[in-house]
Amino acid sequence: MSAHADGAAHAEHHTHYTTTGLDNRKIAIWAFIGSECMLFASLIATYLIYKGKSLVGPYPHTEYIDAAGKVFKPILDIPVTSASTFVLLASSFAMVLALQAVQLKGVPLPSGAGWWTRAQRSSQLWLAVTAALGTTFLGFQAYEFTAFVNEGLTIKTNLFGSTFFTLTGFHGAHVTVGVLWLMSLLWVDRTRGLAGPGDELLVDITALYWHFVDVVWIAIFTLVYLIQ
Amino acid sequence: MAHESAHVDKHAAHAHPNGATYLKIFVILTLITVVEVWAYYIPALVASPLFNPSLIIMSAVKFAIVVMFYMHLKYDHKIFKMLFSGPLVIAMATIVALLFLFRQLSF
Repeated sequence: MSAHADGAAHAEHHTHYTTTGLDNRKIAIWAFIGSECMLFASLIATYLIYKGKSLVGPYPHTEYIDAAGKVFKPILDIPVTSASTFVLLASSFAMVLALQAVQLKGVPLPSGAGWWTRAQRSSQLWLAVTAALGTTFLGFQAYEFTAFVNEGLTIKTNLFGSTFFTLTGFHGAHVTVGVLWLMSLLWVDRTRGLAGPGDELLVDITALYWHFVDVVWIAIFTLVYLIQ
Repeated sequence: MAHESAHVDKHAAHAHPNGATYLKIFVILTLITVVEVWAYYIPALVASPLFNPSLIIMSAVKFAIVVMFYMHLKYDHKIFKMLFSGPLVIAMATIVALLFLFRQLSF
């Protein structure tokens, strides 16, 4: 038996349908995502409640001059964050292509297929691209956090710092978990292949988590960075 | 029956958009983001009372597009829709209620 067929049989063996006919793992990930909605809602609500109530700067959108006359520019760097937002959106696109590649495994390529059609069939390529883009997003976040600390904003400086670092830090932690998850999936794909129906579900669940991390950032980008 | 249902679910799961549709969705998401950032740099727009609501609407549209097409909720089973939309409604109601409670929003 080939490694792929063996992997498929193994994955099929572990597929558990419930009385609804739905796989319990997929129900679990949606329930988890639902609970995560409430976690991030509490963090976003806390940020919004304390928005504009910091007694000292630096401030997100306006200049601040302290008692010693030191000038702090608005601290948010919109061009950098816009670039990181684009990177995360691109990672979601790569993730759907990874899932599509796994779903199309076993389906023969049409004759005369171009490079793009062939590229779309490589789950390893798209999983790697998604993980790389996720890591790039984390690099942007590390750069942003470092710049803020160098400019005098820490988690202890003011209410903005406390709520900002907590909210974006939690999101960054979720992206980190997602990147590790993607890399483990990539390792599985390289060692035994993701060819079975159970494997499709495995990638589907990973994709759901990854897209959720993306939609949370869509909300954060608008509420924290753009609304003044 | 469970197998039948599983078959239906699997069939529905395969009725997803293709690569070209995913690419179009990515372009739409990028364009909306570009409009959001462009608006941020126009002082007259920022000063407008419609600035914040329009940003929230654009963000909500992006959110919905990703959930419906990339997360395939548009094509998925209603149980998944309920598992997501139920907590989402509670989460949004909580945010709005807290903003009223702490007087960040008022009638």
